Amino acid sequence: MKRTAARRSVAPVAAVFYLNHHSQYVHWHFFQMSVSNILVILAMFVVFLAAIFIPFPSHGVSGDSS
Amino acid sequence: MSVVEDRSWTGRLRLRAVGSLPPEKLLPDKQPTYVSSWIYVFGVLSLSCLAVIIGSGTILALKGPGWWHFTGVGHFFNSIHLWSVELFFFFMVVHLWGKYWMAAWRGGRARVWITGAFTFLVAIPCALTGYVSQQNFDAQWISTQAKDAMNSAGIGAFFNLLNFGQMYSYHVLLLPAAVVAIVVAHVLLVRKHGVVPPFELRELAAKAKEPAAATQSAEQETRA
Repeated sequence: MKRTAARRSVAPVAAVFYLNHHSQYVHWHFFQMSVSNILVILAMFVVFLAAIFIPFPSHGVSGDSS
Repeated sequence: MSVVEDRSWTGRLRLRAVGSLPPEKLLPDKQPTYVSSWIYVFGVLSLSCLAVIIGSGTILALKGPGWWHFTGVGHFFNSIHLWSVELFFFFMVVHLWGKYWMAAWRGGRARVWITGAFTFLVAIPCALTGYVSQQNFDAQWISTQAKDAMNSAGIGAFFNLLNFGQMYSYHVLLLPAAVVAIVVAHVLLVRKHGVVPPFELRELAAKAKEPAAATQSAEQETRA
């Protein structure tokens, strides 16, 4: 009974992202990668570019520039 | 008294440690102005993820293998452990990209770069041994695939990915200890050498123009 209750308490959280299916792959000649991995790599590029171009909030205190 | 201290290995070690890492360098209270950029945040984000990985992994290790499958709390900590690893690699890769394009090995920082790269390389088998220690069909699939990779690389005699005990020991002790040791060395080296400054773009542009200007003036003199 305890196991069932524990699984029920977890189930709604897991249902937000339904992952109980076969993963989708992009296959082009020698290139083969899952869609989820491609999305993560694209997200890394986006975060990398955002970190370069988005200005850092200043606190009005300048540090040692040497 | 001081002579005795200098001769002892503890005294010499202390003098050397304080000499290379004085307190103001070890625990600085201000950083250069160029550090005020989001690209400098990913190193500390990786460290934060590593702390969560170690914390959640310690709880999983204390409760033993299997706990994360049949209890809600175990499932929760297993998920925390997994997603902190995913974020650790995410932030570490962005950190690596940023430092690569900054050429962060400049100014005598080669060892800083090397220890960072080694952290990435050692973290990969650390994560792999975690995936094969899950004790589910996913782990079986990964281990049977990965053993072929090890055998094809000629190191299959040393690592048996179908041996849960060996992989679990690697995952909870040997490889995390190696990752933490290299990360500590990396952070101490960053403290010693300081954060790498950005390229002096104006100086580089001026240097690039100098040969062109010299060539033009030489051509003008020849024509005259």
